[in-house]
Amino acid sequence: MKRAYLLLENGKIFEGKPFGKRGKNFGEIVFCTSMTGYQEILTDPSYKGQIVVLTYPLIGNYGIHKNDDESRKPWVEGFVIKEPFKNPFHRSSVSDLEKYLVKNGITAICDVPTREITKIIRDKGAMKACIFQEGESLNKVKKELKEFPSIVGRDLVKEVTIKDALVRKKGKPFIAVYDFGCKESILKNLEKLNLGIRVYPADFPAEEILKEKPEFVMLSNGPGDPEPLKYAIENVQKIIGKIKIYGICLGHQILGLALGAKTYKLKFGHRGANHPVKNLKTKGVRVTTQNHGFAVDEKTLPKDVRITHISLFDNTLEGMESQKLKFKSVQFHPEASPGPRDEISFFGF
Amino acid sequence: MSKYKKVLLIGSGPIVIGQACEFDYSGTQALKALKEEEIKVILINSNPATIMTDPEFSHKTYIEPIIPEIVEQVIEKERPDAILPTMGGQTALNIAVLLKEKGILDKYGVKMIGASYESIKKAEDRILFKKSMEKIGLKVPPSFYVSSIEEALKNYKKIGFPLVIRPSFTLGGTGGRIVNNLKEFKEAVKNALKISPVEKALIEKSLIGWKEFELEVVRDKNDNVIIVCSIENIDPMGVHTGDSITVAPQQTLRDKEYQDLRDASIEIMREIGVDTGGSNIQFAVSPDHEEFYVIEMNPRVSRSSALASKATGFPIAKIAAKLAIGYTLDELKNEITKITPSSFEPTLDYVAVKIPKFAFEKFPGADPYLSTQMKSVGEVLAIGRNFKEALLKGIISLEERWTGLNSLVERWLSDGKLKYSEVRDYLEENLKKFSPYRMWLIADALRWGFSVERIYELTKIDPFFIEQIKDIVLQEDEIVKKTIGRLTKEDIHRTKELGFSDKRISELLELSEESIKEIRRELKIRPCFYMVDTCAGEFPAKTPYFYSTYEKGKNEAKLFGKKGVVILGAGPSRIGQGIEFDYICVQGIFAIKEEDKKGILINSNPETVSTDFDISDRLYFEPIEKERVLEILDFENPYGVILQFGGQTPLNLAREIEKEGFNILGTSPSQIERAEDRRFFSELIEKLGLKKPRCRIAYDEKEAIEAIGEIGFPVLIRPSYVLGGRAMYIAYDMEDVKGFLKEVFEVSKGTSVLIDEFLQDAKEFDVDAIFDGKDFYLCGIIEHIHEAGIHSGDSSMIFPPLYTPERILKEIEEIARLIAKELEIKGFINLQIALRDEDIYILEVNPRASRTVPFLSKAQGIPFAKIGAKVILGKKLKNYLRDRKEIKHYSVKEPVFSFSKLPGTDPLLGPEMRSTGEAMGTDKNPYSAFLKAYTGAGWKMNKGKKIFISVRDAHKPLILKIAEIIKNMGYEILATEGTANYLKKHGIECREVRKISEGFNEIIELIRKGEISAIVNTPLRKNEIQDAKRIRWNAILYGIPCFTTISQAGIFFEAIKRVKQLKLFKPLCKI
Repeated sequence: MKRAYLLLENGKIFEGKPFGKRGKNFGEIVFCTSMTGYQEILTDPSYKGQIVVLTYPLIGNYGIHKNDDESRKPWVEGFVIKEPFKNPFHRSSVSDLEKYLVKNGITAICDVPTREITKIIRDKGAMKACIFQEGESLNKVKKELKEFPSIVGRDLVKEVTIKDALVRKKGKPFIAVYDFGCKESILKNLEKLNLGIRVYPADFPAEEILKEKPEFVMLSNGPGDPEPLKYAIENVQKIIGKIKIYGICLGHQILGLALGAKTYKLKFGHRGANHPVKNLKTKGVRVTTQNHGFAVDEKTLPKDVRITHISLFDNTLEGMESQKLKFKSVQFHPEASPGPRDEISFFGF
Repeated sequence: MSKYKKVLLIGSGPIVIGQACEFDYSGTQALKALKEEEIKVILINSNPATIMTDPEFSHKTYIEPIIPEIVEQVIEKERPDAILPTMGGQTALNIAVLLKEKGILDKYGVKMIGASYESIKKAEDRILFKKSMEKIGLKVPPSFYVSSIEEALKNYKKIGFPLVIRPSFTLGGTGGRIVNNLKEFKEAVKNALKISPVEKALIEKSLIGWKEFELEVVRDKNDNVIIVCSIENIDPMGVHTGDSITVAPQQTLRDKEYQDLRDASIEIMREIGVDTGGSNIQFAVSPDHEEFYVIEMNPRVSRSSALASKATGFPIAKIAAKLAIGYTLDELKNEITKITPSSFEPTLDYVAVKIPKFAFEKFPGADPYLSTQMKSVGEVLAIGRNFKEALLKGIISLEERWTGLNSLVERWLSDGKLKYSEVRDYLEENLKKFSPYRMWLIADALRWGFSVERIYELTKIDPFFIEQIKDIVLQEDEIVKKTIGRLTKEDIHRTKELGFSDKRISELLELSEESIKEIRRELKIRPCFYMVDTCAGEFPAKTPYFYSTYEKGKNEAKLFGKKGVVILGAGPSRIGQGIEFDYICVQGIFAIKEEDKKGILINSNPETVSTDFDISDRLYFEPIEKERVLEILDFENPYGVILQFGGQTPLNLAREIEKEGFNILGTSPSQIERAEDRRFFSELIEKLGLKKPRCRIAYDEKEAIEAIGEIGFPVLIRPSYVLGGRAMYIAYDMEDVKGFLKEVFEVSKGTSVLIDEFLQDAKEFDVDAIFDGKDFYLCGIIEHIHEAGIHSGDSSMIFPPLYTPERILKEIEEIARLIAKELEIKGFINLQIALRDEDIYILEVNPRASRTVPFLSKAQGIPFAKIGAKVILGKKLKNYLRDRKEIKHYSVKEPVFSFSKLPGTDPLLGPEMRSTGEAMGTDKNPYSAFLKAYTGAGWKMNKGKKIFISVRDAHKPLILKIAEIIKNMGYEILATEGTANYLKKHGIECREVRKISEGFNEIIELIRKGEISAIVNTPLRKNEIQDAKRIRWNAILYGIPCFTTISQAGIFFEAIKRVKQLKLFKPLCKI
């Protein structure tokens, strides 16, 4: 049988079996420690630009489900797993993992020592990587990998956001959602409110949204580095203080940048479904889903912004709010999917 | 600093099926956690074989029966601020509830911590629990009780078919039936009402074919909740979770479905009000995953939480103890990473499979299928990077005849037990039943062409798991087809990655295990060792906890070099090799650490203290089996290996380990063989001029019969090299012999069978000692109460001996010294001695620490296991000899049985060990010590005023004295014809009861009504009549003391008589 390979930026190469689409693809390699929810992870637009290693070794156990997509298609650049399961039995499964990956053109590799790869990422930090097939010239791939751009400074949002504004749910008043790569579960949670929902492309002019007088603006999650998203930052600056704003993940980071704070890249990011976050208001600790490689530097936030949540893994900023400026944002994913729903009350507004 | 200064911790008492050494593990963790906070802990536990009862773990330890009267006295004396009842299983929880209800806790101002009285009630009372669940919108399986068929017919539609009909108050859930239509329903209800002693039946929604999941949940006072672990039962609903093969984490639920259970668990914790500790919550999920029911919750640490702790590396009991005294989860550090807090959920990057271990072969008559009544006596946990690796490793860890998923059908076909044409029907039939061999049957079904779908229909085991077994079966085919010559390195590596043992591969390829090992090592296919780090590698961990995998990965263990000393553990708990050996291993590790060496432990038993990752310097969670042990040793290349602590299993590896050139610390393998091999043993005894029962070795049935002719009846027949007296029989005549011989040869697996002269009416002793080549250190001589013929593990024992003259004891000591010297013992030696007419016979020499070492340690307050370990490491015994204290009290060890969990079995004692645990009683007065031990073991006379006696002729003269005592205590004696006549003839008044076999049910009725408070019934020698068996079984069912030996009955009533005048049960502070 032909082999597939995973090449890391640091030169380390792993041999495995081809899985999904037999192809070659580049991205930033990151690991996610969630033990369930591989379909949600694949379809989370926040993983655009990334090759995802799942630390849990058995993947595909329960198949693929209609309701588990977090967006219109999988976005990951590559998928690295230990042991795929071929014959899912789950009653509502519509496909198996490999067929799904092939159908969606996702290159993957299996039967590699995912724990060792994870530890390399942990120790050396997230880095560029490539999955390729037997027969490619290693030197050529190495060269291509070297030339492949870093995730830092790249605008990945423009690749995942919708092209045109759309009405998700009719009704007035309504919620305006900036789609930076919005997860379906965020919209599903918003749908529970008795409000209309309109979704806007990432670069949609803020003035026009303001004119429509939405109830509030939701800044969604999304992929990559927030810094190059100048248009989004400027848009948020235009509405801040004028209307209630909620932000999740990338939305939270854009809000931070709009407030004049700085963001920075974490060594290997937070990706998993077991992240403890302390709510500084209630002192309660909740277990959250997280998926981010960048963070807002809390020291650079304006004085009147209140820090509401911190990560208990590394004390980084996980949430902030300002009554004066009428916003509230979290770095983690209150919509879960996959992961714990401990902070679902974020959608209580 | 905690607001509690003094806390009372309640242990779980003797080991029984369903409540085993996992509570020594949780209790020990709790003690350590509280000690760190400088809280004085008072411990009460009647089980001497536990680590927790060692003096260094508590401020004060009471080895006393766990009954309200005693606990109250302890409270009165010690005045604790709080009582922590969530670490000692159901026993501790029940006692705490009783103390609360009796007003004792309030009287002394003792606060219940860990779980409140209210939350315990809410969780344990079926109706309160149902109400609580409904309040938060969760469902429990609908059910109702009926007393008549009319009632049943009126209500059944509310639930709908299928239904389970369970007669009330039949033990072990016997008589339950699933019905699918009205006709079956009527029949089943009528029958259930008839067989229920209270004429009631429970009608419940049948969850047949539903899947079972467990979540281990921890909550603190600030309402922070975490799910430590999810566990999926591979077996469907209907098999007790303790008997299910389980896997962590759960494998088959989608994230959304899993999160639904997670959300429900958190809601349940809040509603029940467990706010400072851990709980276990069980769910049933429908096959289509559309609905789920809450089955039950345990507001305490449990067997599953011990398992979850080992499966994840998260110490639930330790954390729960800290929460109980007021900490919150975020204040506690994750012990493994040391940088992250405990308020997170462990994430796994491996699969952990638990497999239960059964002992049906020891309980003839017991139903050998699984049900809602737990029947397993132990379990193993195995960790692998895929399910198959974990499953196959677990199978090896069981230490049974399996080398993998061996074919049962093939064996039965070749034995002629099954015909070719019957195989498919046989498999269909047996896959439907909950057989303990279901994994092997599934593999066979796949080999015989059953589809995964069909196997699912028959077993209701999720196809995910059947597919895993299929992968294993396909791989077997693959390598068999290729044969060794064409197997590539890749093929072999793949096979190893799937978890195949060298032994299994060698069988499939018809080569020797040795040659597979050589080929594998030549190809550099070696296991690597990964950490169990709670975080899937996300953070650098400082844990000593490792498992092996044949994945092509990188070793994570840093070598200790020549500082490392390996102890091989005792493997899964089983009858004959249980918690005692874990105790000794843990003490051994402590000793190694004190000697400035690194203690490395290998064990596969998740219930134990030894597999707690902060006991040893390095823990390998691995089978005690040749391949895995040698790979670890080869990797560690330690200073030495200690084999004499883990019972028989490690000793069996002695030769192999020596052959590989590792340094065996302690007695040498050749000397071990001299003691263990019966031929060498005979020579040894002869050489020393000692006596032993005459003995012959037979290699087939014909030889055996000749040997018996030579020795003369009665004889003891048993296989060589087995544990706990498996398949051991006493034969009094040829008719007996015919019955056993075939089985004995079967059990001995084609090796030899031993025929010994049986020393009738001899008295037995256990002797434990340590020898360092020069000095001899007697740990103690223990006198058995039961006569020879009852396995030493099942005998009541007293230390120091009560009925044996000092000069005999001196003589026994000298013999032990002589043997130790001759065998060049380094470390422990145990002797089984029989005494008849002043003649001392050597029955057995065990060159290892024995079951009685912890008992002797507790009786004298001396850490023998530690001393033994130090001697093995090279310390001189003379350093310890002077520390000998004067023995001030008597200690009694009383075996505890689990017969009530195994309906159908006859609770008789014999040469085959059947007890699962032990209780200890200590007092200045030996009879008080006896009574305490009996009480600790659960013997309790009810308020009935009648005692039933029926003994065989030989015992009749012996019963007179006992009958007199009984009479004088004011009991009415009931007796069967022969016994009654004998008693009357000797002037003891009694009433004759008619035989059941003659149609009179009086005795059973009286038992059921609670009028009989004890039974003395010695069995007939053979052709046991059903009457006696029924009476004994009912005694077990209704919890009445049932004495099947005169010796024990004698001591029991003598003790009651003598203690009557004393103040009964004054607790004694031992330490």
